[in-house]
Amino acid sequence: MPESLRKLCWPLAALAVLLLFNALLNPEFFSLHFAEGRLTGSLVDVLDRATPVLLLSLGMTLVIATAGVDLSVGAVMAMAGSISAVLLTDFGMPVLPTLLITLLASLAAGAWNGLLVSMLGIQPIVATLILMVAGRGIAQLLTDGQIIPIEGHPGFAYLGGGTLFFLPVTITIALAAALFTAIAVRYTALGLFIESAGENPTASRYAGLNVRAVRLLVYTLSGLFAGVAGLIYASDITAADANNAGLYLELDAILAVVIGGTALSGGRFFLAGSIIGALIIQTLGTTILMTQIGGQSIPAEWNLIVKAIVVLVVCLLQSAALRQILTGKGVRG
Amino acid sequence: MTNRATSTNSPLLELRGITKGFPGVLALDGVDFTLQAGEIHALLGENGAGKSTLIKVLTGVYRRDTGSMQLGGLEIDPQNPAQAEQLGISTVYQEVNLIPELSVAENISIGRQPQRYGLIDWQACRLRAQEALAPLELSIDVTQPLRTYSIAVQQMVAIARALDQQAKVLVLDEPTSSLDTAEVEQLFRVMRRLRKDGMGIVFVSHFLDQVYAISDRLTVLRGGNLVGEYEAVSLPRLELISKMIGEKVAQVAEMENRHAAPPTTDDQPVVLSAQGIQRRNAIKKMDLEICAGEVVGLAGLLGSGRTETARLLFGIDQPDSGTIEVDGKIVRKHGPRTAIRNRIALAPEDRKEAGIIPNLSVRENIVLALQGRRGWLRRIKRSDQQLLADRFIRALNIATPNSEKLAGQLSGGNQQKVILARWLAMQPKILILDEPTRGIDVGAKVEIENLVAELCADGMALLFISSELAEVCRDSHRIVVLRDQRKIGELTGEEIQLERIMHIIADEQTTEEAEDRTDA
Amino acid sequence: MRTRLRIKPQHLSLFATAAVFLLLYGVATLRYPGFASWFQTTALIADNAPLGLAAIGMTFVILSGGIDLSVGAIIALSSILLAKCLVVWNLPVPLAIPTVLVGGILFGTASGVMIRWFRLPPFLVTLAAMFLARGIALVLTEEKRLSIAGHATFDPLVDFLLFDFNLPALIFVVGIVLAIGVARYTRFGRNVYAIGGSEQSALLMGLPVGRTTVMIYALSGLCAAGGGILYAIGSQSGDASVAQLLELDAIAAVVIGGTLLSGGVGSMGGTLLGVLILGVITVVPVYEGDLNSWWTKIAIGGLLLVFIVLQRLLQRQRNS
Repeated sequence: MPESLRKLCWPLAALAVLLLFNALLNPEFFSLHFAEGRLTGSLVDVLDRATPVLLLSLGMTLVIATAGVDLSVGAVMAMAGSISAVLLTDFGMPVLPTLLITLLASLAAGAWNGLLVSMLGIQPIVATLILMVAGRGIAQLLTDGQIIPIEGHPGFAYLGGGTLFFLPVTITIALAAALFTAIAVRYTALGLFIESAGENPTASRYAGLNVRAVRLLVYTLSGLFAGVAGLIYASDITAADANNAGLYLELDAILAVVIGGTALSGGRFFLAGSIIGALIIQTLGTTILMTQIGGQSIPAEWNLIVKAIVVLVVCLLQSAALRQILTGKGVRG
Repeated sequence: MTNRATSTNSPLLELRGITKGFPGVLALDGVDFTLQAGEIHALLGENGAGKSTLIKVLTGVYRRDTGSMQLGGLEIDPQNPAQAEQLGISTVYQEVNLIPELSVAENISIGRQPQRYGLIDWQACRLRAQEALAPLELSIDVTQPLRTYSIAVQQMVAIARALDQQAKVLVLDEPTSSLDTAEVEQLFRVMRRLRKDGMGIVFVSHFLDQVYAISDRLTVLRGGNLVGEYEAVSLPRLELISKMIGEKVAQVAEMENRHAAPPTTDDQPVVLSAQGIQRRNAIKKMDLEICAGEVVGLAGLLGSGRTETARLLFGIDQPDSGTIEVDGKIVRKHGPRTAIRNRIALAPEDRKEAGIIPNLSVRENIVLALQGRRGWLRRIKRSDQQLLADRFIRALNIATPNSEKLAGQLSGGNQQKVILARWLAMQPKILILDEPTRGIDVGAKVEIENLVAELCADGMALLFISSELAEVCRDSHRIVVLRDQRKIGELTGEEIQLERIMHIIADEQTTEEAEDRTDA
Repeated sequence: MRTRLRIKPQHLSLFATAAVFLLLYGVATLRYPGFASWFQTTALIADNAPLGLAAIGMTFVILSGGIDLSVGAIIALSSILLAKCLVVWNLPVPLAIPTVLVGGILFGTASGVMIRWFRLPPFLVTLAAMFLARGIALVLTEEKRLSIAGHATFDPLVDFLLFDFNLPALIFVVGIVLAIGVARYTRFGRNVYAIGGSEQSALLMGLPVGRTTVMIYALSGLCAAGGGILYAIGSQSGDASVAQLLELDAIAAVVIGGTLLSGGVGSMGGTLLGVLILGVITVVPVYEGDLNSWWTKIAIGGLLLVFIVLQRLLQRQRNS
């Protein structure tokens, strides 16, 4: 598919530049070796830390493709952490049922958003804003505003720290999720339906597509992925931190999707692009942390400024391209 | 109807040699238009004639490529609607482009509200609005939001806004589409009064009865060209129609001899039957039956209710009353998905809004409905999709380098073919085509007609809507004639003659009288 | 003779907001002694002055059909910038304050230009502005928080009291009154409503859509900068990490106040009520004894849900 490859050029190039820059600063950057039964190295670390954003951006890609947005994924992450902490520590539930219930709850949260948008016809920004605000409140309610450590549950800690198939579990999960999503949208007709519904819902409806069901599905998936991300985060810090889990992460996810080539107005989406976008955002943060100019490290605050510039540049690029299409092949008004 | 004496020495508005082109299509080619002060001048033409483009050039939405525009003898060149309004040209659009949530008073004067000490003087604003509405026989509560009033009143408010701006030229773009008889009368009273006060009114409409009732002169456009300018009293209705659709009344011999549709055997089952369906502002009570293998044409001018009928049959709109049966079973839940399950397909008239998915490829557009019916799980293999798409690209001669081109980049005519392919791929039992050949070259038209005839021979029923009466005559077994949202007659087999249909539409006869006349 | 209270449908939402506020305020008064005292009331207004000012700017933006995610960051940036001007660069107060305000206007104008000229989505542009402002704020100083206590010319501003209204509270009140005036009695304000109602119609009617759009975002930047100054007065310091996600509170206040997110409908008075409602909800945990903010968040989310559904139902009824 030439168009997809073409669209991936810029993000890939940007990522390559970032990685190379890192390699210049840190000669060991690209080195990978085997230790403690799994692959280790800077690259692996970056990937490991990028998994929450990556998971979020998978769901966010599909939501944005339907011309919507999901602002609540950060809050759902916090909820997932809190729910699992409460179940494990207060109720003494074993790990597997805990995970199951937490994921079900996250799914339900996503479905809640989906119902508001598809059945009640509420604008996605507003609909997901509700859960964004209330969800974090619920997460804090469950943990009483405290950070609840999750100790003595090696099964749970496995998520954030363990190894599976010679890779950190987090990366394996992220890969599996990405694969699952890719298969779901490309090997069924879902991808076509989502793109069609996002691009022109009226025409899609006239062609017999169930646009409502499509919208409900994407928000539900987004919620599910947010739940997984929340579990990974909680396992990583072996605690439930309702105040900070997922904070601002929804914005990073939206950025990742936009960098990856999917337009906020919906339609064609690029999962691979979003994954690359998530990696770019993560690498950007790491790079800034590691960079030293004249022996002084750049304060982490510059991360935000750089992010801002990236957003604007990406937007302008997309906008110029759009304008070119419009002037090059103008359709009669 | 009084024919107001107009001074022909200095027209109020004069357009000469207006040309306007867009990529791929020349919308206006050297069109002239003259408007006198104190005149109601109708602008007529079928779809694609260039009416709306001319209006947009006049009101500053578009800039003309060549030609001159003079208002009161002075050369003008409005760059945007605001400038046009300042010059004195005001427009009332079909969708009444005002702000629904704001009050009537505010809509009339927004942007120019009366001020006192730099702040808006609402009392003065209200008074000014009431003054502007007075000549329109309207005394309403001007503080209420505009949307609480009917379309008829909203149009009056738009006219009041024009009056408030000292408009010299008033353009009314299809103002009566959503009005009932009493409201139309009220509008006409207002128009006559404005005419008496010296305003020049451009009246764009496809309701010929109304055009003849109110207009002094007529300008007819066809295919971007000026056909002519006439006095309303001097041009018989039949001649007007013939000028609009471009068929000479006398030379129908060639058309009459061609009957592309072979006669079908008589007792084919009725596949689709509509009884007593009606919908407000769409169509009045109507019965319609279509049999398997039959081509039924809906004939009528723009605005007669053809597209509305199609939408009702397919389920996009709900009928206010009446029933629709498919294969004898009453359709309970109206909607596109139900229709598709009943193997009804609709290729809509407005392909941009309701048809093409621009950023998807031709292939994806073609397989969309078929995939929708199969469901999300049973994906059509890519290779099969390719085969299907290629087959239709060949069969319909869709001008695209390959099936992966984005559908939005095709020309209008080819987009139409893609939508047609989408529905033909479904192998429907009943296919409704609304203006399928608009914008398609002659060669392709023949291809489509042949393809359709083939399918009908296989038992598909077809409801065929087209503005080109000749085409409808050629291809239909049976023709249902519509006028002003009402079914006024049916013709079958030998009765189908272009001339006869034009007479019926022109209201010079009913179907029975038409029979008598041609038999004599 | 019985008189029925008739509410015009378009005022229903505002009526609901007012009812909710009165209900909350009434319950709080009953439950917490001294809640309705003059002192507490002025404190309520004073504490919410920064949010209130930001919500004023946000109302204009949302009325026009847009959104501004950068107000919280601009508040933080403005407060730390003011602190730096006064304490580090030793600028006099009459110079420092206008500098900060101009900074806010510039930020907003830049956003507006990007949105209008390049047709970029307001969501993304103001998101970038938020990152930029927050980043600059954090970079501006080593310590994220800079105290302005004991500053000779600044202290009078902090200590100023008029009938128990401190300066932030007064400015908020004045700001609301001015905003109500602008929204109702100026052509600019009416144009904002028109653009939000139907941008296409506004263009066809010849209204200055481009110019007004840029001005709206500039105004939002100005209000946010003002909010930052008020924060600095109220806390006697500049803080680069303050007002995180405050824009969400501002949006919530605007929506609860009856303004539709799609634009064209709403009122400044509604926003005032929305801010006060948020203020009451925020302060309840303090009275209840536990300092947890979770109750506040859930309550805000719940209120948002109620009002959004209410607005949706009203819209549906209107369309039928």
